[in-house]
Amino acid sequence: MHWWLPLKASTFTGPIDGLFLAILIITGIAFVLVEVGLIWFIVKYRARPGRKAFYTHGNTRAEVIWTTIPAVTMVALGLISNHYWVQMKGRNSIPPNAYPIGIHAKQFEWQITYPGADGKLGTGDDFTVRNQLHLPVGRPIVVQLSSEDVIHSFYVPQFRVRQDVVPGMDIKAWFQATVPGTYELGCSQLCGLGHYRMRAQVTVHTQEDYDAWMKQAAQEASP
Amino acid sequence: MTTVAATAHRTPAHHDDRSFIRKYIFSTDHKIIGIQFLFVSLFFLLVGGLLAMQMRWQLGFPGKPMPGGGILPETMAPGGVILPEYYIQLVTMHGTFMVFFAIMPLLVGVFANFLIPLKIGTHDMAFPRINMWSFWSFFAAGLVMLSSLFVPDGAARAGWTMYAPLSARHDYSGASFGQELWSVSIILVGLSSILGSLNYITTIINNRAPGMTWFRLPLSVWSLFITAILGLLALPVLSGAAIMLLFDQIIGTHFFDPAAGGQALLWQHLFWFFGHPEVYILILPAMGMVSDIISNGSRKPIFGYHSMVFAIVAIAFLGWIVWGHHMFVSGMNPTLGSSFMVSTLVIAVPSAVKVFNWMGTMWRGNIRFHVPMLHAVAFVAMFAIGGLSGIFMAATPVDMQIHDTYFIVAHLHYVLFGGSLFALFGAIVYWYPKMFGRMMSEPWGKVHFWLTFIFYNCTFFPMHITGMAGEMRRLYDPNQYTFLQPYQPMRVFISISAFLLFATQLIFFVNFWWSLFKGKKASQNPWHDNGLEWSLPSPAPHGNWETVPTVYRGPYEFSSPQAAEDYLPQYIKLPTDREPARAPVAGH
Repeated sequence: MHWWLPLKASTFTGPIDGLFLAILIITGIAFVLVEVGLIWFIVKYRARPGRKAFYTHGNTRAEVIWTTIPAVTMVALGLISNHYWVQMKGRNSIPPNAYPIGIHAKQFEWQITYPGADGKLGTGDDFTVRNQLHLPVGRPIVVQLSSEDVIHSFYVPQFRVRQDVVPGMDIKAWFQATVPGTYELGCSQLCGLGHYRMRAQVTVHTQEDYDAWMKQAAQEASP
Repeated sequence: MTTVAATAHRTPAHHDDRSFIRKYIFSTDHKIIGIQFLFVSLFFLLVGGLLAMQMRWQLGFPGKPMPGGGILPETMAPGGVILPEYYIQLVTMHGTFMVFFAIMPLLVGVFANFLIPLKIGTHDMAFPRINMWSFWSFFAAGLVMLSSLFVPDGAARAGWTMYAPLSARHDYSGASFGQELWSVSIILVGLSSILGSLNYITTIINNRAPGMTWFRLPLSVWSLFITAILGLLALPVLSGAAIMLLFDQIIGTHFFDPAAGGQALLWQHLFWFFGHPEVYILILPAMGMVSDIISNGSRKPIFGYHSMVFAIVAIAFLGWIVWGHHMFVSGMNPTLGSSFMVSTLVIAVPSAVKVFNWMGTMWRGNIRFHVPMLHAVAFVAMFAIGGLSGIFMAATPVDMQIHDTYFIVAHLHYVLFGGSLFALFGAIVYWYPKMFGRMMSEPWGKVHFWLTFIFYNCTFFPMHITGMAGEMRRLYDPNQYTFLQPYQPMRVFISISAFLLFATQLIFFVNFWWSLFKGKKASQNPWHDNGLEWSLPSPAPHGNWETVPTVYRGPYEFSSPQAAEDYLPQYIKLPTDREPARAPVAGH
């Protein structure tokens, strides 16, 4: 059991885990301030006979301070987050050389279409495999997501990538795997009674291994 | 210097010759309606809890027969083993019952009804009959929702957020009648809230006692006022969306079905345009009542009253422009994600202001830890955690990882249970004497508080960890995923804590019922508070006051140098006080 974010296996893990840690530090300071303050006040100012509370209605300077500090922190956090958001999900964020893979979700499976030898989707050498996502390491991948029926969601925790798959929409999401190995692709949007078992295996290969796998898989897939 | 003399008008406002049915069933008395809401929504709280226990059984002990599960039909749990289709009904109905039939009516139905006329000093709501209809449409909605658990193909099963097209087409969800009953029930519950909100707004604007200026209103009334405005504007959107969904389900429209030209994301925009103000409907009244209780418990005026009011207004205003943060990864234009992220982060500011002002109130106080105060302090401590964890998912890149995981489940329960429900337990104990004329047991109240506090944290805190690991929400069996298998011991721990948390609530229920009959008789002002309601006998009589009291000061004059005691009620006239310009309103 791991008490932190999952293993890091894509280029998104750096900024996302970094932001997570930064927010943890900011909120951690606020958390300690509030909880320790509360406990301190509870102990120090508990009722004792003969004592009367300090009669005050507030303090404008304190209000200004504890409004301004959170406001500045939050806006700064928003600007920093947005910098990374634009890189990951912005409308022009998908690298032009990204390798395309088509993913069609339906209750309750992932139909994964590979571009074949020409590296392009929508050509004659495409082939489709159920619940097996293979991809090369160290290369931007763009998944082209579509749905047969309801909303599903494409989620690989180790890649820190998630994108809802919406019927009636063609949505592209990109990422770049950094560590060869096997992972799991899960559906993270309730899609019906089989939602919990709508998973696929993700295999990240080196480029040579991927090419070899593709050659073999293309043969097996063609009738 | 003066003393707080017994100045209450001890006689009921007028002779009460109503029949039993007019008095207790089809009552137009705001206090009876509040109590009706209390009984019914506590029942639904219990139902929602029972549904959660079944979910926790399946998650902790997947595939094992549930104790007592044998009474469930084959279509839900053959031999007591929960089926996936029943599990997603549990998920859906737990959320639905807790949001629409427990927390929302407990906060608004109970306390807006009970407190507003008593705290602003009037005989009843502006529209007592509309108020009665608000309760009865809520009751009908509850019956419809409850009955959907018993229809042949089961209850609704698309999550409480009812994302289309799963919810819109029966061939996708596998449920037909249950889905339709959900839509009908939500339309009715929307009607109830709209009627109620209309009433609360009108009453607060028009029926305040002489001298009760806007900035002498208790923060509980301020927050209920702002909540009512949110309710009046947000619930029609939900009702409209639910009507469209019902049309999709039964008369063959395709608003939300892309297979026939509809838009799947339209539902999400409509639902969350309602749903995010709804989140504040579920917390603002709690914040208001906690403010009253913390000031009372600390024996100190609330710190920064005006900031507190402006924070409520700011939260309510910003609450309208953050709904897209539920949709960062939904396929919505990512540029919209940027603007929704900023508005969401900014809403943390008024929330922080409130937390600091509660702490400021306790600072240099003379704190009495009565049961409501314990719950109010726990509210601040837990709401702080829930508010801070919200910052993680507000940051769009981090949301990409934790969206729709147990991190969200932990966050929302820290706000709704640690926040709203703790405030509610405190508020029920606090105003119980004014409702029923008796006190709830103090020792058992403390036992209930501490056990709840411990088991609540044991239940919900570990969900942050499994959520970070990537455990998705609404999974019937997370062990399907290899990377989630190592977390099974943690799920067992959460489940056992949840069972103990549920068992602890039985202490509250027993205390509640036992005290109704056997509790210590309550004095007129048992908490030594300043509000107008404490000028009435306990329980408060029909019609409240013969002549409404006159208000001379704000509601938080604790430890004032002008009074010998450490409180100075709003209705006490000191020699230095001047009569307000407006004449007192005569009895009705």
